[in-house]
Amino acid sequence: MSLVTPELEAALADAHRREWAFVLAATVRVAGDLDLAQECAQEAYVAALQTWGQRGIPASPGAWLTTTARRKALDLLRRDATLHRKLPLLIEPEQGPPDDEHDVPDDRLRLVFTCCHPALSPEAQVALTLRLVCGVDTAEIARAFLVPEPTMAARITRAKKKIAVARIPYRVPAVEELPERLDPVLTAVHLLFTTGHTSPTGEELMRHDLADRAVALARTLVGLLPAEPEARGLLGLLLLTDARRATRVGDDGRLLRLDEQDRSRWDQAALTEGMRQTAEALTTGGAGRFTLQAAIAGVHAAAPRSSDTDWPRIVHLYDALLGVWDSPVVALNRAVAVSFSTGPVPALELVEQLARDGRLSSYAYLPATRAYLLRELGRSDEAADQYAAAAALTGNAREREFLLQEARNTVAGVR
Amino acid sequence: MAEYAILIYGNESMFEQTPEAWAAMMDAHGAFAKAVAEAGVTITGGNALQSAGTATSVRGGSVVTDGPFVETKETLGGFYLVECRDLDQAIAIAKLCPAPAGGVEVRPVQETNVG
Repeated sequence: MSLVTPELEAALADAHRREWAFVLAATVRVAGDLDLAQECAQEAYVAALQTWGQRGIPASPGAWLTTTARRKALDLLRRDATLHRKLPLLIEPEQGPPDDEHDVPDDRLRLVFTCCHPALSPEAQVALTLRLVCGVDTAEIARAFLVPEPTMAARITRAKKKIAVARIPYRVPAVEELPERLDPVLTAVHLLFTTGHTSPTGEELMRHDLADRAVALARTLVGLLPAEPEARGLLGLLLLTDARRATRVGDDGRLLRLDEQDRSRWDQAALTEGMRQTAEALTTGGAGRFTLQAAIAGVHAAAPRSSDTDWPRIVHLYDALLGVWDSPVVALNRAVAVSFSTGPVPALELVEQLARDGRLSSYAYLPATRAYLLRELGRSDEAADQYAAAAALTGNAREREFLLQEARNTVAGVR
Repeated sequence: MAEYAILIYGNESMFEQTPEAWAAMMDAHGAFAKAVAEAGVTITGGNALQSAGTATSVRGGSVVTDGPFVETKETLGGFYLVECRDLDQAIAIAKLCPAPAGGVEVRPVQETNVG
């Protein structure tokens, strides 16, 4: 037996975090089957524990793991022809000579685009991305999304089966398909992040981990698709939002509004990088919904104090955002910006228009926003009713507490 | 290559058309067939169906009832069978398929080796 030292454990954990997607994606190409590839990649990590313990950690752990996993897949396929299922994954032939190393960046992209194929449900896309691209195990994914483990396992199995049976190809879409195909990928990464950032409930630690993984995935996508402004816009958005992580919740555990947050505690490195990525995405032109949301987050971040916020500019950006993305949630956020830019009267009009539209009837932020505006206008009783309505709609305990407190404060006339 | 069924759904209005509208729809399907051939895909089967009102269902092997098996607002109006490389190609073909009264569903066909 070899000795499992802390160094070895750390090296393996690091290799898992950094290299899992590489290893799996390259193995899929040999295995022609997602499950088989996953098994072989896992076995390679187990083998690493032994071999690295005896012979030391290799100079390039990722290459070692990839070679080992691919060799295992080839061995298994040779030994047992039936393993080559009737419905192998559709793998497009490689361009250029085959290679044994993991220096083909396209492989991870293939994996991401396969996991986020529009023929799979958004829930399945996120679950598959976490399972296959990030290597998170099913139990953890289930915990993060607050579903029983068998439910999550069934969701992942069903998605994998559809990939094989309906023949969703393992390939990177052609350039002309990219805009259409990239959107669900970015949406899945964004959903991953928001689940971590504002998860309705769930364990704190796991949620932070999800947010971190989403940022890392967005960064990888930018690296792999540097010419796609929306990938960069997404990275900018995630960085700018994540920079506020430490200040979102007060000492008493309640959610803090943007104007209440201690801006000196915002993560300056993340803000700087987020701004840089966003600016770069904006200069590429034809700003999409992620880039525009990032730009809005950037305007907030640029204000040293909440009162310095350039609200007219934010309203302007929301107008552009509504132009590319007709979403009632965007319209609601625009109304909030209008209240700061022009005043609560026109903003309340916009919000009431949205309430009549009905699309946001189960969205807690609609009554919460309405409550805030009514309170600004001194209509306390109506405001308290709206805070209570919002509290009834939210699934987050801290948020509910906050909203109920606001309802009481409103009636009592406390600011 | 794999076979996919493209199931064309719409409402009952697609069965009650003026001769002109019917002819226009046939033209659209003719153009579809041409576009499919140009994409290098083979249509291996398919047809238009009569209205759901003409359907008869047999349940449990014996009970004969009037009407389609599943009562829905949307009804199956016709189908194609196509040979495609993968789902992406099948979806591209499905996007070309005329279905003005609704949309289409793409389903992989199971290989059964019968006949």
